[in-house]
Amino acid sequence: MAATPRIIVVGGGLAGLSAVIKIAEAGGTVDLFSIVPVKRSHSVCAQGGINAAKDLKGEGDDVLKHFDDTVYGGDFLANQTPVKNMTAQGPAIIDLLDRMGVPFNRTPEGLLDFRRFGGTLYQRTAFAGATTGQQLLYALDEQVRRHESEGKVTKYEGWEFLSAVLDDNGVCRGIVAMDLRSMETRTFAADAIIICTGGNGAIFGKSTNSVVCTGSAQSALYQQGAFYANGEFIQVHPTAIPGEDKLRLMSESARGEGGRVWVPRDRNDKRAAQTIPEPERWYFLEERYPKYGNLVPRDIATREIFKVVYQDEMGIDGQPMVYLDVSHLSPERQNKLEGILEIYEKFVGDDPRKVPMKIFPGVHYTMGGLWVDFQQQTNIPGVFAAGEADYSIHGANRLGANSLLSCIYGGFVAGPEALKYAKTLKPQTGDGGHAKELARQKALNEALLNNQGTENPFKIWRELGDAMTKYATIVRYNAGLDECDAKLVELLARYKNVNLSDKSQWANTSFAFTRQLYNMLELARVIVKGARMRDESRGAHYKPDFPDRNDERFLKTTMAAFVNGAPEITYEEVDTGWIKPRPRVYTSS
Amino acid sequence: MADQQTIKVSIKRQASPDAKASTETFEIPYRPNMNITSLLGEVALNPRTVSGVDSTPITYDSNCLEEICGSCAMLINGKAMMACSALVDKLLGAAEHGQKPDLSKTITLAPLSKFPVVRDLAVDRSVLFENLKKVKAWVPVDGSYDLGPGPRQVPQIQEQRYPLSNCISCTICMEVCPQFNDATGFVGAATIAQTKLFNMDPAGKVLKEERLRALAGDGGIQECGFAQNCVQACPKQLPLTEAISDIGRDVFVQQVKDFFTR
Repeated sequence: MAATPRIIVVGGGLAGLSAVIKIAEAGGTVDLFSIVPVKRSHSVCAQGGINAAKDLKGEGDDVLKHFDDTVYGGDFLANQTPVKNMTAQGPAIIDLLDRMGVPFNRTPEGLLDFRRFGGTLYQRTAFAGATTGQQLLYALDEQVRRHESEGKVTKYEGWEFLSAVLDDNGVCRGIVAMDLRSMETRTFAADAIIICTGGNGAIFGKSTNSVVCTGSAQSALYQQGAFYANGEFIQVHPTAIPGEDKLRLMSESARGEGGRVWVPRDRNDKRAAQTIPEPERWYFLEERYPKYGNLVPRDIATREIFKVVYQDEMGIDGQPMVYLDVSHLSPERQNKLEGILEIYEKFVGDDPRKVPMKIFPGVHYTMGGLWVDFQQQTNIPGVFAAGEADYSIHGANRLGANSLLSCIYGGFVAGPEALKYAKTLKPQTGDGGHAKELARQKALNEALLNNQGTENPFKIWRELGDAMTKYATIVRYNAGLDECDAKLVELLARYKNVNLSDKSQWANTSFAFTRQLYNMLELARVIVKGARMRDESRGAHYKPDFPDRNDERFLKTTMAAFVNGAPEITYEEVDTGWIKPRPRVYTSS
Repeated sequence: MADQQTIKVSIKRQASPDAKASTETFEIPYRPNMNITSLLGEVALNPRTVSGVDSTPITYDSNCLEEICGSCAMLINGKAMMACSALVDKLLGAAEHGQKPDLSKTITLAPLSKFPVVRDLAVDRSVLFENLKKVKAWVPVDGSYDLGPGPRQVPQIQEQRYPLSNCISCTICMEVCPQFNDATGFVGAATIAQTKLFNMDPAGKVLKEERLRALAGDGGIQECGFAQNCVQACPKQLPLTEAISDIGRDVFVQQVKDFFTR
């Protein structure tokens, strides 16, 4: 190995920045690649908070309860050991963020304030207003800027990861990346790489995700031989604002602070929401789940809203919408939600402090991702992954406010582990595969630029999103999934005829997008096939034809491999060594 | 498209930093509740100008589409705004929610004018991130290992710091500032607000003097002309003028101190 190990981190959200900080601190050299300036990464969109069992409310909370809530919330699909480690580190991670200057809300005594979130009975969520992700991302961004100014970190902002460079033994020796301004495509050498490229919401067209969340990097690695695990587990968040270009998240913290979900008891009730008297409102979550109320886990709240709208036909005005009401809350509580209430007011035009918000579920979080071992390493030696891009921690359903914690935890493990790996890495022979991979990527670019077809990539994307949203989100049927996969095969064929209206080689965003689109299509097939084969209901994966969890057949991790141009599914045992799987029931205790 | 209502958008385009700028007008299908980013998405679906010329999708920066990542700042009808939260109906004269917009009006889009154009509506705003290095906008923690909780802080400190920490680095405060130009080299309001944010942190204030010195002299806080455009244009309503006046006072005190002790 080189005198100083050289690590590449791809993605500058919470997971990537956490990894960078650990490597820089340990004396490693880091190249950080990000499509956008790292301060504009999608972590910035997280709103409600970050979980850690600090028990500052005298409730008797502890890290093992956090561990149990997370495993139970994920319907026992997560490997338990990493979850146990993450929840154990939660309090120390919160303390660190506090020391870094995150403006967490405080109690009168000057301690961190905590709020309650879904899937738990404890106030375990630290928060900075309703913009916690933004505040956390900034704190880590500032630390990385400090390391950058000291020469330990080199940022490549505006560069997109295209693929890993693998040597003849299949060991990672670097990456191929493209400068999104000059469109220069070149390789970068590294002893290990860490993929922290977030989720894949763009596959569903409209979601709560940011524009960059295409899953393209994960898909590229899957096509190079990495296992993609639990792809079928996609979280649909119960409360998003339907929109023209995206679904804007309305944080679970709205309910954590006392927000209530309801519809008029009379489906023909045309009155303005705030004039409908209390007894004529149907608080369906509180009625069906007296213990957890509006704070049932997301998969459950989402399905209930879906049922109320499509089965009971009780949506507001016959539309696919229900009320999320914070108008009854005290001004102090509303203030703690300021960031999200502003989003609603700006984009919808109504003031949610006075009028109940109209919301509907929206695709939100990718529980699945690159398969990693407990050291965050994928099955490709030297390729690590962390954060939403990997599959660990959340199982079949993520609990609110666990994502920020899992991103930081994953980065904190992946960074030192990558460094450790790099220190024992044998030197490469020849050029380590750089020339070959570069030639492959350049050929893909050339083919795309010279294509003379008739298909508009943005139209293919729209059809992809429509099909995935229709067949592969809240309710899934095998016939629909088959239809969806046939559509994906059709879109992949049409992709071959894609024609770029812009063939220039300077800041060509539609060119970069069209490359991502191919990877989205391949990854969509992984999601659909995993869902098709899993004949049970577990967490976010719900099939009315198979309404129960089937541990005997499916208490297993779905492992997708790219074989002969299509996903091939195998299964792996789940680590249930700490907590014995039990039925997941939120209606009573 | 006989029954389809349409709107017109006129976009300033520039193929590369050195290329000549030109304007293209597109006519796109109108739907209620559109924003400028969804409008740009419609152009990408069918990039043909009103005069029937085949063109290309518009290059612009965007990411979160909910006004928190700071990417999509541009000039919309001549005003520096975030494209994602700029609602088409409102731009077309529908003052209140539910009122009818005037579809005959044309919306104009142009890149921010104070930053180098990359292409079309995308500009290079890296100067802000460089400025943040100059004022050491971070808390110099000893390390990321477990050192226990930070110091207790009364809620009032958080209440003052939080609004400043909401800065999304969109650079609109710099765009609208008459003093932000090559002649002055002024750092701009965002950097000054971040200086205040870190000087107020119980641990971050260890670098307070260094930060204040970085803001003394040419290009520093003295360049501010108190036009107050920044505070009016800021999409996140940061208390920018208050931060400038507080830091201005601190810089002056620091300069006096340094004069007598250095």
